[in-house]
Amino acid sequence: MADIKHYRELLKTKALSCTELTEAFLSAAEKENPELNAYISITKDAALKTAAEVDAKIARGEELGPLEGIPVVIKDNICTKGIRTTCASRMLENYVPFYDATVWELLNAQGAVLIGKGNMDEFAMGSTNETSYFGRAKNPHNYDYVAGGSSGGVAAAVAGKLAAFGIGTDTGGSIRQPASFCGVYGLKPTYGAVSRYGIVAHASSFDQAGVLANSAEDTALVFDAISKRDERDMTSVGSKVSSYENLGRSIKGLKIGIASEDLVASDEEVNAAVENAKEIFKSLGAEIVEIKLPFIKDCLPVYYILACAEASSNLGKFDGVRYGYHAEDYDDVWDMMSRTRSEGFGDEVKRRIILGTYVLSSGYFDAYYKKAQRLRASITKEFDKILDTCDMILAPTVPITPLKAGAQMSPVDLYRTDICTCAVNIVGLPSMSVPAGFTENDLPVGVQLIGGRFKEDVILNAAYAFEKATEGRYIKSLEMGCGI
Amino acid sequence: MMWEMVIGLETHIELSTKTKIFCSCTTQFGGEPNTHCCPVCTGQPGSLPNLNKKVVKYGAMAGVALGCHINLVSKMDRKHYVYPDMPKAYQISQFDIPLCEHGKVELENGSVIRVVRIHIEEDAGKLIHEGGNYLVDYNRCGVPLIEIVTAPDFRSVEDVLLYLDKLQGIMRTIGISDCRMQEGSLRCDVNISIRPKGAEAFGTRTEIKNLNSFTAIENAINYEFERQVEILESGGQVEQETLHFNSDTGETRSMRDKENANDYRYFREPDVVTVRLSQEEYDEIVASMPELPEQRLKRYVEEYNLTEADARLLVKYRKVAEFFEAAADIDAKSAAAFILTNIFKSVPTEVQREEWNIKLSAENFRELVKLTAEGKINKNIAKRVLDRMLETALSPAEIIEKEKLGGIDNKEFEAVCRKAIEENPAAVADYKAGKEKALQALIGYVMRLTRGTANPAETTEELKKLLETV
Repeated sequence: MADIKHYRELLKTKALSCTELTEAFLSAAEKENPELNAYISITKDAALKTAAEVDAKIARGEELGPLEGIPVVIKDNICTKGIRTTCASRMLENYVPFYDATVWELLNAQGAVLIGKGNMDEFAMGSTNETSYFGRAKNPHNYDYVAGGSSGGVAAAVAGKLAAFGIGTDTGGSIRQPASFCGVYGLKPTYGAVSRYGIVAHASSFDQAGVLANSAEDTALVFDAISKRDERDMTSVGSKVSSYENLGRSIKGLKIGIASEDLVASDEEVNAAVENAKEIFKSLGAEIVEIKLPFIKDCLPVYYILACAEASSNLGKFDGVRYGYHAEDYDDVWDMMSRTRSEGFGDEVKRRIILGTYVLSSGYFDAYYKKAQRLRASITKEFDKILDTCDMILAPTVPITPLKAGAQMSPVDLYRTDICTCAVNIVGLPSMSVPAGFTENDLPVGVQLIGGRFKEDVILNAAYAFEKATEGRYIKSLEMGCGI
Repeated sequence: MMWEMVIGLETHIELSTKTKIFCSCTTQFGGEPNTHCCPVCTGQPGSLPNLNKKVVKYGAMAGVALGCHINLVSKMDRKHYVYPDMPKAYQISQFDIPLCEHGKVELENGSVIRVVRIHIEEDAGKLIHEGGNYLVDYNRCGVPLIEIVTAPDFRSVEDVLLYLDKLQGIMRTIGISDCRMQEGSLRCDVNISIRPKGAEAFGTRTEIKNLNSFTAIENAINYEFERQVEILESGGQVEQETLHFNSDTGETRSMRDKENANDYRYFREPDVVTVRLSQEEYDEIVASMPELPEQRLKRYVEEYNLTEADARLLVKYRKVAEFFEAAADIDAKSAAAFILTNIFKSVPTEVQREEWNIKLSAENFRELVKLTAEGKINKNIAKRVLDRMLETALSPAEIIEKEKLGGIDNKEFEAVCRKAIEENPAAVADYKAGKEKALQALIGYVMRLTRGTANPAETTEELKKLLETV
């Protein structure tokens, strides 16, 4: 299997050099990307430079770290020093940050090789990757389908073997949903587990960076590498447990909650995948308990009110004064800022800024923002209570199977498809999407494992057990990408 | 009709922490534009604030000094407005739970000003208009501020000036700000309305923004008071609006509508965790509070018998007060006189007095006061020595030696006077014969012998005394 362990073994045994491995990924990326559009930028120079350093280390006979020399795709809303970071927006089309995001700084220091910056929905707002200023990333399983969003490019690159693993961000499902659509693992850690420093904020109290990978083991390995406390992010806590070290424990007696009334898919193929996963977990000795999540119906409005409110605030800084897109014709500085924003942002971003500004405005604040904040607090309490009665919750990742491109859904209908994932961001719990089946027309379907606060090790271990029990049959190796 | 002004103040004070409120950039004033900057204070995409704990401490110190209740648990909020010098399009401030609440300031004229709240927040950058262009300097962006909001308790310009003067003194004494209006580290917004004298209901207020000198504050208030009186007396209505004061024309004018129509859309800052002070930290702040100017003033009057006016001048600057106290136990009155009449002349500006970077050390000053008190040198000489000390940093003994100002203690002085009488029998005889003028010759003689170090008045007195016995 083409996982991190496999590539590491190749480097270790000197079956091939890091430069050769990197070149293989780069040429695969260059070949597939014009069609797949998983990358906004392919960072060839940076990749080869790191690869040469790794090779020098190998030549000196030094031991390599677990991610050293491993090709990675980073979502394009994560700042990479000296490498443009666009957020898939015209607004930042040519923005080159002069500092690294902590999550990239950590991986860079550990010798991971940056193949490129992953395509995404503009400012991480969207579920199909179709709001990207650079065009949508396609689903590598079938180009007529969307890769999902917002981390669609990262999911497509990982599934299409244009990188060994990827880093995405998840505000309301942006790692898990594209992972589910593209048939890879996607972990959204507990809020605070991974530093947000250097990640262009969408909704600050929901945003969390996480891992997309081709195996549960890889996901755990990378999660361990990035879940460090960071002084520069006051909300950062880090993770105290090594998820990787804890893989392989028996899940006998693991209590798995299922909310068969409240967290259900509208698509039967998804429900079938959840049902199948339940049976497999049962066969591994897990105990299934029925749980009630009646507050789930409130999650969608709570999420969209609060996330849009924060987004409207976070995106105020893009005014053309300091960096980014700058309108060409204008009367005065106010006009310049107004035109810059009108021309620099796409429709979905504008829609959310307007919505967010509205719910924060005097006269509406109490009815929307304040009420949503109150509900958030009570939902959090309820969720935590339920996770005291079970070890994890098994649910659909997305209530529907992968969407066809250009489906022309109304914005609200599209928002509705976030219901299973955004509920988790409201509460800040860790959650991952695990490949768990295929549709009739051979598209991947994922199921979601939601864990207790900072209990990533529990859901990663469950995912690992599931993968072993199913002998990896829900992970399809595609006829594309790096063949090594 | 008699009109009364009703004023409330919002005073912004820059805190003198070494680093900014949310990043580790320096807070130093000046510097090449945009050199005291980083991703955080220029609002780069992805950057996050990290609250400087010292700012919370300094804010709480201000609160304790103004008799406020300190909220050990508070939070930061985002206050949204669009301006090119505000890189995030919001200012991180405190909205409904400020760090400090419910304090008061008693003024020397008897007025009591209630402090409604003190909160901590970040400063914005500076917008510079140059050749039709806007230029922005973000050096000041993220410098920590406290905003002190008073109740509408001021009834006169005098109240306002006394309050600000007192605030300045307190903040400098507790060492949290240099409060320099000329550098913008103390800025004032004035909320002003008028009402018929004796009325209870408040009138409609206007807000005059960004006043940066005491004169500007005084002129702006007087102008605005007159303007409002004129409007009301001609049957008009005062419009609630924000005004800008032009210190060149001495007039207030309405700021553009855009700046008036602010809906700040406050909400909790999700990037900054709850602001907490532990009970221990609070106790420590209270315990380490230095003596405040008011207490010091009282002590100077009681303990050292100084006049209130002199004492007030001394306590205004902490370093001056400490300098004074280095010699006050020997002779408080002359120590005060030396400082207020001699030393202050060499440091005429506010800033100089506040910085107190004088060559004369406290030890040398103490020595000088001692020499004077013991009669080793007379006051005249002492003043000359003092002037030299301010220039040279030498000790009094060194100056007396170098300038040959010594050797004229009281005993010697008496001897010199006797000698003058003995050696000038003619002048003595003339004097005895009633020619007062003859005394001048004797005085001149003493002066020659002492190379001018003798005090003419003292000499006159001493000679007259001795002549009576001749």
